[in-house]
Amino acid sequence: MTDCITLVLNGRPVTLAPDLSPTMTLLDWLRGPAGLPGTKEGCAEGDCGACTVVLEGQDGSRTPVNACLAMLGQLHGQAIRTVEGLRGPDGGPHPIQRLLAEADATQCGFCTPGVAMAAWAHARTGGPEGGDVHEALAGNLCRCTGYRPITDAFAAIVDDGAPQPPALPGIGGARFAAGDQVFHRPASLADLLALRAAHPGAWLLAGGTDLGLRVSEHRERPAAVIHAGAVPELQALVADAAALTIGAAVPYARLPPLLDGGLAPLGALLSRLGSRQIRGMGTLGGNLGTASPIGDMLPPLLALDATLRIASPRGEREQRVQDFLLGYRRTTLAPDEVIVSVRLPRPRPGEHLACEKVSKRHDQDISAVAAGFLLRVEGGRVACARLAFGGMGPMAARAPAAEARLTGKLLAPASFEDAAEDLAKDFSPLTDWRGSAAYRLAAAQGLLRRLYWRVTKPELAAEVHAL
Amino acid sequence: MNHIPTLPAHAAGEAPRTARGMGAALRHDSALKHATGEARFLDDAPEPPGLLHAALALSPVAHGRILALDPAPALALPGVVAVLLPRDIPGRNDIAAAGANEVMLAEGIVEYAGQPLAVVVGETRDAALAGAAALAPEIAPLPPVLSIEEAIAREAWILPPQSITRGDVGEALANAPYRLAGEFRAGGQEHFYLEGQIALATPGEDGDIAVQSSTQHPTEVQHVVARVLGLDYNRVTVATRRMGGGFGGKESNASWVAAAAALAARRTGRPVKLRLSRKADMAATGKRHPFLYRWTAGCDASGRILALDAIMAADAGHSLDMTGGVIFRAITHALGPCDVPALSLRALACKTNTVSNTAFRGFGGPQGALLIEDVVHRVADALGVPPDVVRERNFAGGGNGTETPYGQHLEGDLIRRVWAEAKRDSDWDAKRAEITAFNAKHPLLRRGLGSMVLAFGISFGQMHMNQAGALVHVYTDGSIRLNHGGTEMGQGLFIKIAQVVADVFGVDPDRIAITATTTAEVPNTSPTAASTGSDLNGWAAHAAASAIRTRMAEVAAAEWGVAPGDIAFADGMVRAGGNRAMTFGELAKLSYMRRVSLSATGFYKTPDIHWDRATMRGQPFFYFSYGAAVAEVAVDTLTGEHRCLGAWLVQDCGRSLNPAVDRGQVEGAFVQGLGWLTCEDLWWDAEGRLRTLGPSTYKIPGSRDVPPVFSTRLLEGAPARSETIFRSKAVGEPPLLLATAVWNALKDAIGTDRLDAPATPERVLMALRGRR
Repeated sequence: MTDCITLVLNGRPVTLAPDLSPTMTLLDWLRGPAGLPGTKEGCAEGDCGACTVVLEGQDGSRTPVNACLAMLGQLHGQAIRTVEGLRGPDGGPHPIQRLLAEADATQCGFCTPGVAMAAWAHARTGGPEGGDVHEALAGNLCRCTGYRPITDAFAAIVDDGAPQPPALPGIGGARFAAGDQVFHRPASLADLLALRAAHPGAWLLAGGTDLGLRVSEHRERPAAVIHAGAVPELQALVADAAALTIGAAVPYARLPPLLDGGLAPLGALLSRLGSRQIRGMGTLGGNLGTASPIGDMLPPLLALDATLRIASPRGEREQRVQDFLLGYRRTTLAPDEVIVSVRLPRPRPGEHLACEKVSKRHDQDISAVAAGFLLRVEGGRVACARLAFGGMGPMAARAPAAEARLTGKLLAPASFEDAAEDLAKDFSPLTDWRGSAAYRLAAAQGLLRRLYWRVTKPELAAEVHAL
Repeated sequence: MNHIPTLPAHAAGEAPRTARGMGAALRHDSALKHATGEARFLDDAPEPPGLLHAALALSPVAHGRILALDPAPALALPGVVAVLLPRDIPGRNDIAAAGANEVMLAEGIVEYAGQPLAVVVGETRDAALAGAAALAPEIAPLPPVLSIEEAIAREAWILPPQSITRGDVGEALANAPYRLAGEFRAGGQEHFYLEGQIALATPGEDGDIAVQSSTQHPTEVQHVVARVLGLDYNRVTVATRRMGGGFGGKESNASWVAAAAALAARRTGRPVKLRLSRKADMAATGKRHPFLYRWTAGCDASGRILALDAIMAADAGHSLDMTGGVIFRAITHALGPCDVPALSLRALACKTNTVSNTAFRGFGGPQGALLIEDVVHRVADALGVPPDVVRERNFAGGGNGTETPYGQHLEGDLIRRVWAEAKRDSDWDAKRAEITAFNAKHPLLRRGLGSMVLAFGISFGQMHMNQAGALVHVYTDGSIRLNHGGTEMGQGLFIKIAQVVADVFGVDPDRIAITATTTAEVPNTSPTAASTGSDLNGWAAHAAASAIRTRMAEVAAAEWGVAPGDIAFADGMVRAGGNRAMTFGELAKLSYMRRVSLSATGFYKTPDIHWDRATMRGQPFFYFSYGAAVAEVAVDTLTGEHRCLGAWLVQDCGRSLNPAVDRGQVEGAFVQGLGWLTCEDLWWDAEGRLRTLGPSTYKIPGSRDVPPVFSTRLLEGAPARSETIFRSKAVGEPPLLLATAVWNALKDAIGTDRLDAPATPERVLMALRGRR
């Protein structure tokens, strides 16, 4: 017994053939069986944006995503618009398509369909992120134009006011089986935990920005997948005065409006995590689950002393992120456990949060070094310092020697200078394509020096992109 | 969905869009189709029945002896149809572009990590990829040569060094008041065309093969496919409608990709498509040549450079490809717009166990130009004189010589003009004062200002390649079909050539059907490369159209009883004074009725160019293109992160054929150059494996990396002095060199005279620390 994947494609409900692999990428399906080759494959790793399509939300939102990373099973019930679906009822080009052409925003044209879709989403979703054209474009690479005409066009686009397509009825839990593959879509935490316990070898899929690569780029065909995206507890967002509790499968794109006040620096860092396309799918639960040493969000979670709610059929437990991480891509998560939510305590008065990231490119790059700092200042002295780094070892970790050196010291450049020196005791980073060991250490020290200026002179342009 | 947004006025190009003729800023002919997704790239076309897919098995090691490659593990997988090895090649296992033997599939020895070992054919692409992954070649490793230094130490040359000398450099150095030496390096660059390499080969009757290829050089694809399959050239037809970017990467590399597809089609008797994954593409195809420079220079107290003795060592990779041409262009562009009276330039082509480096926009020219820029900056630093003053002091012309060391003359007036205009556009002096004030008070950031002036020679370095053909048909309704040897990779060549033909016939460009490049219509073509696409094909199309127009004018003249010279073609009409007029279509119909041919070929060869390889002298370029740039940057002294804040570009395009297209070329080339010099970092591990094999690790510029103040001007009132098509100048490559201004600005901000490229945050931070 299998369910059929149904979705809305360019405004029309579509039920997919039951023998179609539920882990086929949306891109392969669009370009193959769906016969819509306007969406292009540029890299198959979610970085170039040539495959950008838009998820049309029931609230009228438009989320650009990389079709190369999205598996068909996880799109059950979603409304998807592709470049072909932008045309008007008369078949004529959409004003945004006309605009891109008129602006000389195309040369070879291979990136253009993805750019058009990013533009269409940007016109609507503007919202808190709306002002920054470059943030809207971070997920779309163009090798020909030098971007100037594209950014001109983006600055001129307006929302077409088109309504979202009607919701598909009866979308709930489902099980898609085709050939030797099963794709589970539990709709309750209990079902998720039961499936997780029954299929410990299955891929536990949240947003798919990491696992999607294994399908898209490495052409793997997992036998079983459990998609956590439809479980209400994992999609919950609770904000109160003391903390923000984020469901493990909440896409990053939903977080920015909540990252205000003392958490604003985290919001700024988040705007550099991947691209809008990646943030439309990627989740905090996924970032924690993979426990990558270079995950951008882990250092701030360590600095804030975030805690996790973890569940299994055996019950629930809470654990500090700091204790959850064990080593290179290793955590305390048992095979039958899932992360339900992450609790981020808000900085209290007198506490300063700083989030930093150093990479070769400002946007959509993986960090050579990432950092999260929480500093409590009392009476001109550093009362407490939580200094966490990514990219400096096998896992994101705090810097005990530097923290000890800084704690109790005067809020003065020399104190940060001394603490920076001690980072050499805390970390022995690796050399790879993102940076040499020497550079990583030097950059981490630089970030700690920058912290002094962040705390004491917040109005100073402390980095080149603040100019 | 009917609100039509509008663009800010400056975004729509400089010329009014209502103009339609020569020099009009017409948009790319496919622009709207690009935006709607209707423009078909090779992989977008419906697949032919019976299509098979190919994938490549690549070498995991940089150097080794192949002991065994058993096809069985691949053949055991479902859907795998064939595993093709060198022994399956019916013709020659040779894909060389420039004459040397270069294998398509490694035979006996592997010479780089990523080298194709086998072609695996499957019913689906996934089956082919799985088959390729299942192969487990047995390779006995050999020690690889992985650096330019090591190749120099072993004198491992891929071809003999090239030298250009003038005067007695030893004596001039000895007599110079100041002497200094330098060493630096510039990295390679991945093309990162958004559309990866792809070809589709379909077998026909009598051994014929029809190939669709994403290539800048259909004729070379034809030759290489024929050579690999052992066919006459007339059995192979190659067509390309458009590429999703090329940049030089689809010149020679597209040929072997197509040949691998053709081999599979021949062996299976079915159509075969080979589309490289991004990873395979980046591992197996060549890149821009990295260079190592070592030099000694002598100068006087004013900064006049009197002598230069330099070695420029290019990393050719494992085989020749087009390295000879690249080092020729590097050595002929090593002085940029400057004159140096005594010199010895020696260009080395080093053989290493890395992918064979190839053409990339600028073709050694950008690497050459870095030499004089480095010398200028170190001289400036040593003398305490601003680098732009030192460069100006050495500009060709004025009191300095105008003859390049190989015997061709630079135009000193244009060099000075582009520089003066870029300096003016940037408000140089005010900017300098502002930066000085900023740097005096900011605790963390340093701003810097840099400049660049370029002189770029236009023509293929291989003299015989400076030729082109075109084929024009006029139909009896007055519609026109245009075909020529140039290929469209986004650079707007097709619309430019259509504008040329429209101008000849006096019709709107809409009357002209732009068609796919194919070896069946125009044979024996040159690649679309070396910035020559418009120059060569424009004249060839002009010749073809003019031949037809002459015949049509004779028909009209006879009809009206006037001289052919009195017939004018304009605005879609043909007129002869008074009220004698008919539409272009009516004359086409009339010409047919009079049994006059409405089809013609056109041919063009660049005049007046020559080169003597023995003496390394001649007139290799039809003309020079000039440009200048100023760039402003900011550097973070804590992390080395940096940003280009402003760029002011002035580029000489002669009398532009299409200012909208040309502006796009200038801006796009600048940003590509910015990537090469600042963020695009190819990283090999100690075993010689490239580890930056995708956009997640190899970072080309994004939109935020483009300077927020970005001024681009085409030099006005400067028609080409050579007899180019409508007095225009080539624009594809030269402006890439303008990005050197950013590299120079970074040095200014850091306060160093040495900075290797790409100047990643890491190199910038280390340079800052080295300075302390």
